[in-house]
Amino acid sequence: MNMIQAINSALEVAMARDPDVIVMGEDVGYFGGVFRATAGLQKKFGKTRVFDTPITETGIVGVAIGMGAYGLRPVPEIQFADYIYPALDQLVSEAARLRYRSNGDFTAPITVRSPFGGGIFGGQTHSQSPEGIFTHVSGIKTVIPSTPYDAKGLLIAAIEDNDPVLFFEPKRIYNGPFDGHWDRPAKSWAQHPAALVPTGYYRVPLGKAAVVRPGEALTILAYGTMVHVCQAVVEEAGIDAEILDLRTLVPLDIEAIEASVQKTGRCMIVHEATRTSGFGAELSALVQERCFYHLEAPIERVTGFDTPYPHSLEWAYFPGPVRIGEALKKVMRT
Amino acid sequence: MRPNLPPLALHVPEPRFRPGDPVDFADVVIPPADAARRPDTSAQPAEFHELAYTLVRVLDENNQAVGAWNPRLAPEVLRRMLRAMARTRAFDERMFRAQRQGKTSFYMKCTGEEAVAVAATLALDYDDMCFPSYRQQGILLTRDYPLVEMMNQIYSNRGDKLHGKQLPIMYSSKETGFFSISGNLTTQYPQAVGWAMASAAKGDTRIAAAWCGEGSTAEGDFHSACTFAAVYRAPVIFNVVNNQWAISSFSGFAGAEATTFAARAIGYGIAGLRVDGNDALAVYAATQWAAERARTNQGPTLIEHFTYRAEGHSTSDDPSQYRSAEEATAWPLGDPIARLKAHLVAIGEWDDERHAAMDREVAEEVRAAQKEAEKNGVLGHGLHQPLDSLFDGVFEEMPWHLREQQAQMLAEEAASGRPWARK
Repeated sequence: MNMIQAINSALEVAMARDPDVIVMGEDVGYFGGVFRATAGLQKKFGKTRVFDTPITETGIVGVAIGMGAYGLRPVPEIQFADYIYPALDQLVSEAARLRYRSNGDFTAPITVRSPFGGGIFGGQTHSQSPEGIFTHVSGIKTVIPSTPYDAKGLLIAAIEDNDPVLFFEPKRIYNGPFDGHWDRPAKSWAQHPAALVPTGYYRVPLGKAAVVRPGEALTILAYGTMVHVCQAVVEEAGIDAEILDLRTLVPLDIEAIEASVQKTGRCMIVHEATRTSGFGAELSALVQERCFYHLEAPIERVTGFDTPYPHSLEWAYFPGPVRIGEALKKVMRT
Repeated sequence: MRPNLPPLALHVPEPRFRPGDPVDFADVVIPPADAARRPDTSAQPAEFHELAYTLVRVLDENNQAVGAWNPRLAPEVLRRMLRAMARTRAFDERMFRAQRQGKTSFYMKCTGEEAVAVAATLALDYDDMCFPSYRQQGILLTRDYPLVEMMNQIYSNRGDKLHGKQLPIMYSSKETGFFSISGNLTTQYPQAVGWAMASAAKGDTRIAAAWCGEGSTAEGDFHSACTFAAVYRAPVIFNVVNNQWAISSFSGFAGAEATTFAARAIGYGIAGLRVDGNDALAVYAATQWAAERARTNQGPTLIEHFTYRAEGHSTSDDPSQYRSAEEATAWPLGDPIARLKAHLVAIGEWDDERHAAMDREVAEEVRAAQKEAEKNGVLGHGLHQPLDSLFDGVFEEMPWHLREQQAQMLAEEAASGRPWARK
């Protein structure tokens, strides 16, 4: 399966197992979603469980919270993560705080799916990576898969989780793993081992990172598309890096991070999102606090620049093989 | 700037009466009590035009219940309604005083607006879900939620079911059908629609009701909620409590100079009613009508309750700084409790003695509850929750970073040399 098929399969499995799971969002019903992630679901489960919504993100999330309070388990979709901002109040003030403010009287067991990230010539409003806005909010979990296998298992786990989960899907790797070489032909998932996805039910636990490449020379912390770009750069450079795919940003797998950095003594953090106050700053601070006496070099952050996401200058903006390669040399030099 | 055109002028609304001004509400149009038509509950939204600009009223100048909207309630129901409103007012007065005595940080009264929560709640079923704003304490009081529990929350004391996590009056009671109150305005509107949609999707028979003030209708969530409710014909009742004031800004800043709030319903394709919010029978009748409409899958209703916020916005507010003190007494629709009392007296089912006795009883009930609640402590006398509960309920299970911060906080308490909580 590619990642879209894996997500579609996760939704189908979760809906078949639990009649309270419903799917809603712009164009997700009859049409099956602009990325086809919900294709066939309305036909299989009916219009009261899979339906199109008006174009109002605050309405989509607000309604989902109300459905959650009733006892359903809604999986709303925000068509692009760039368009999640109208729903910020409902996510930050309501979903994230409902359990806390009512002392468990009401909860918001919702999973908000949203395609995110760049590398597709999406320009300013089809490329953003807003995860750092939400990792700053107490009460929300943030999950980002990097393979079809993880996408399905993590999405099922997110839907079954009783807390609100933001599930950001890196749309650049919906159809194939992207190594950052935009000038080479696109690859498909067909040859990738993580594209072998069981058709039935399984979960990948939230809050657990994956070591996608064991190594001794340094630790690379990444998630989403950047996992694949980092793998390619490391292979090309011939450096024995350990690459951790974080998979869940909140709650973070701090034990896996500590174990790796304390072993390698060096750490590089890679994300597409803009640099200042991005999630990389939190990761850098945690590694510094917890692995200071093991560090042999300053922690390096490789990120998008602090600008809006450009259109024509995409590959100058995107943290690709050159930027990551330069940072790699810097970390290894000291 | 083109010299041959008149310069544009920006209109900034201004209320008619400021502090010290004499008040004359003669231009507030009050139609006769029997004037409004009562359409069938299956009527099309387009048929509500004149109902969105008039006032549904039941109690006339002779204190009789008249017209098509008369709900013809039995005297014992009327007395129950009166008592619930009187309890609400007595509760408000006592808790306002408790705040002034430093026993808690904050309070908000609903004086003059008791009918919009009490009468509406009586017209709903007990298991219908209410999504209130912060000024519908009458819902809890009508559904006989224990006064002591309300006060425990206001005092953030040992008995507080919300464990001191919420500002006073931000109650939550799932078993009472009272959704957790949020400080963020109108967020409960789309949530109520979602709850109602879920009920419909499940083939349930329960409906939802939401409340917000007229000022809050300016929030984007009001628009998204109305759109969703209309699109899916959600079994929901939207109550807009038009009490003329949003803290210091008059209803003109929410658009009232140009139209009514009930009229907003028409554009969404929702049934819209405009009701005398100080006429408990009119509020009951409109809610009963909207509930029947919702329950029979005819869709949502928006009810504008035309009323007046007789007192300050909250204990942190001084209305004499921005409006004429004469307004509350000059308000042409009077007081909801006085009007229902006069009706019961007029039909021979009540008298001054019984009313005075009821007022004494509810005052005593509130006083006794306060005494009971204060045994659990009051906010002014320190903290009452176990300190480590600060971290409970952020997530279902506490992740490592919260466990670490919890441990840090307990270590800080130890280092401070004096226990912070432990009352």
